Amino acid sequence: MKTQTETSTETGIGGREYAVVGTRPIRHDGADKVTGRAQYGADLRLPGLLHGCIVRSPYAHARIRRIDTAKAAALPGVKAAVTAADLPGAGDRIVDLGEGATPLSYIRGNILAGEKVLYKGHAVAAVAAVSPHVAEEAAGMIEVEYEPLPCVLTAPEAMQAGAPILHDDLRTEEFGKRAAKASNVAQHFRHSLGDIEKGFREADVIVEREFRTATVHQGYIEPHNATALWNHDGRVHIWCSTQGAFVVRDTTACILDIPVSQVKVTPMEIGGGFGGKIPVYLEPVAALLSKKTGRPVKIVMSRKDVFEGTGPTPGSYIKVKIGARKDGRITAAQAYLAYEAGAYPGAMVAPGAMCIFAAYDIENVVIDGFDVVVNKPSTAAYRAPGATNAAFAAETVVDEIAEKLGIDPIDFRLRNAAKEGTRRADGPRHRRIGCAEVLEAMKRHPHYTAPLGGPHRGRGVAIGFWFNVGLPSSCTISVNADGTVSLVEGSTDIGGTRTSVAMQAAEVLGIAAEDVRPTVADTDSVGYTAVTGGSRVTFSTGLAAYDAAQDVVRQMKERAAKLWEIGVEQVRAERGIFCAGDRSISFKELAAHLEETGGPVIGRGAVNPKGVGGSFAGCIADVEVDPETGKVSVLRFTSIQDAGKAIHPSYVEGQMQGGSVQGIGWALNEEYYMSPEGVMLNASLLDYRMPTSLDLPPIETVIVEVPNPGHPFGARGVGEASIVPPPAALANAIYRAAGVRLNSLPMKPSVVMEAIWNAKA
Amino acid sequence: MRARTQVQATINGETVEFLCEPRQSLLECLRDELGLTGAKEGCNDGNCGACTVILDGRIVNSCLVLGLEAAGSEITTIEGIARGAELHPVQRAFLEQAALQCGFCTPGFIVASKALLDEEPDPSPERIRLWLANNLCRCTGYDKIVRAVEQAAAQLQKVKA
Repeated sequence: MKTQTETSTETGIGGREYAVVGTRPIRHDGADKVTGRAQYGADLRLPGLLHGCIVRSPYAHARIRRIDTAKAAALPGVKAAVTAADLPGAGDRIVDLGEGATPLSYIRGNILAGEKVLYKGHAVAAVAAVSPHVAEEAAGMIEVEYEPLPCVLTAPEAMQAGAPILHDDLRTEEFGKRAAKASNVAQHFRHSLGDIEKGFREADVIVEREFRTATVHQGYIEPHNATALWNHDGRVHIWCSTQGAFVVRDTTACILDIPVSQVKVTPMEIGGGFGGKIPVYLEPVAALLSKKTGRPVKIVMSRKDVFEGTGPTPGSYIKVKIGARKDGRITAAQAYLAYEAGAYPGAMVAPGAMCIFAAYDIENVVIDGFDVVVNKPSTAAYRAPGATNAAFAAETVVDEIAEKLGIDPIDFRLRNAAKEGTRRADGPRHRRIGCAEVLEAMKRHPHYTAPLGGPHRGRGVAIGFWFNVGLPSSCTISVNADGTVSLVEGSTDIGGTRTSVAMQAAEVLGIAAEDVRPTVADTDSVGYTAVTGGSRVTFSTGLAAYDAAQDVVRQMKERAAKLWEIGVEQVRAERGIFCAGDRSISFKELAAHLEETGGPVIGRGAVNPKGVGGSFAGCIADVEVDPETGKVSVLRFTSIQDAGKAIHPSYVEGQMQGGSVQGIGWALNEEYYMSPEGVMLNASLLDYRMPTSLDLPPIETVIVEVPNPGHPFGARGVGEASIVPPPAALANAIYRAAGVRLNSLPMKPSVVMEAIWNAKA
Repeated sequence: MRARTQVQATINGETVEFLCEPRQSLLECLRDELGLTGAKEGCNDGNCGACTVILDGRIVNSCLVLGLEAAGSEITTIEGIARGAELHPVQRAFLEQAALQCGFCTPGFIVASKALLDEEPDPSPERIRLWLANNLCRCTGYDKIVRAVEQAAAQLQKVKA
């Protein structure tokens, strides 16, 4: 079970030899994290600290008639209570806080409900008290009078005429026009290419299937937390667990209607996010409670709060129709995607639509996307958001067509694989991508041809795409007199990015990774940096570090010139050695001369890069289906992904393995199991069944390296694509093991068993 | 405020005393009364293992033990795993194998793994997976964690030999 890396034979940026890039140094924050010393948000202790607790709605849909905090406020130890009435009004403001233009009233409404609650767990009030227990007790004493309303829980139901309406002011935006009547459909968009009718007429085989996927949660182990201090000078300081300190700053300022400069956010260590720690929930509430009490206030969610009150990823209803000729060419593909946004618009249907057929070069395509509100928590991003749902549908239909045509499923995909220049239905043409290279690596892998070794076993494959993002990042590097450097960046480190960013600076400076000391700074101490998301940190923040390091090298050349009393144009720099004629000096030696040559050297990098490289991931999965119980066991699993250039291969593998296992959990176990009244019945880590070590085989990995021309080392973001193919690959494997094609997630034992019985009947 | 009781226990080799409300869990006492925040709260109902500590030789979820129940017991937390200035082989192996990403579940995994190797110096990968099934990790997919425990076992064997 060895890990391997396949470097593309293509030379160029990825083929160059590096001293640091591609090695596996120990992460800089490692010692803190294996000794319990690393400070996560809940670990913060401040003098005079109060503890907050959120009151949440017991109903999935209800009008709030009255909230009375008097009894709670009278409990000894309680210092303050707040409701939505304490928040400044949102008016008609539209804001863009990193997730696209959104009415501020929706963001505000999700933080503390105003007139209506829209899901079970919706925050309605909060208290601050001297201990978490007193706060919890007080929260239970806040009286809220509700008028329950009928709820609607799935996209197809919410789209029907006569369905309960969540927002009286929501009008469907369809092809640029707004409808006259209130609806639960926030948006309907369409992407098209070619002539879909013609494409299906040319097909020898057409397969059309419909799919349903359940709402699932990112499942990070650290619950959300926030501590706020509204100081007496009007400045608000927030410490929290977030994927984007600047998003927290901007959102909190917006909600509280104060200038962004009045808010400082210190990102604490973050215990997982996967997209779920981009939205803001607790910070403005903690700030309000602090303002009322004059003391710092900490709020930490319970696990139940996390399930019921934060954004899972959308459940979905998807139809896919694909036609192909006998020669194995796809002639037409059509998709209908209706995603559940939860309580407020913003289901991740747009990225789902961008990715659904992105692996293929298809002439005729139509993709319809629907963003539908339902009475479930407002959804958030989850690792390649929207793409996994879409790939489950598309890749099982592709598998079925390949089978009908009698073509090997990888060969069929290779025959249709997208390449540089292929136009996606949503508009852009692919740049240099590694779709075919990933498929070829899958085909070559010994796993693909290994014997299955027993009955009721099957093997499935699938491929997935995530486009990745760029977005702004900032970085500064200061040179220390001992020849090391301090690197300051703004990207919270969830999976080892301090190190992958520091390594890129080290490569440029010609020093060891260990000689770069990276720090993730607060919003007052580093330039604007977008969220840790979209697989962007190693790419974008890495690029900022690269630029900052180049800036340092430029200045160090000047220092060498000054030292040698020559023109700077005569100084060359190569891997940490500065030379002119027969004179040379190392980075370290030169660093000792900064004071006499002009003072400190500080390099800066500030980027908003455009050269993003999308990433493809494929997987091969072997399963065994118990014919008596329908339980699916994963016997062997291989994840293959194009990393462009793996900066730190261990952490690239880690992303691939983690994404694969989240995909496996999504495929086989995980779901929001809802009562008809909209209550999540499994809101604990016992009943919301994430994979344990015992449920899994080793996750084998193959890193494919097709360099991204848009990055100096060829890096592509690697954080997300690996979650996309597993549900489809497992469905395809289950088909080969048990003879049934499944069209809903999760493929839990009861679903598998029912399909087997139906097939027999 | 409930009445608080004085509790004495041996934690990481030192005798400590703390005041504890009847409703406070051992996890709360460690974190809030003693400042030992290495053990984490991920679920507070015994299902994630992030709060794992060794209590009288057995691993427990410290969120499921009352602070009062810890009276007179011997407890090892993540803060007591390193040997002075030197990391324990399990800690070193986690770093070398890149067996952590966000690091939040890591203290629980390291405490549980150390307890395993104290009892069974040469566990199979399957045995490691069974032992660690009480600890949830959402980042790594467990592969590198299992390898780290195998490496630590080999390292400990070598030291003994």
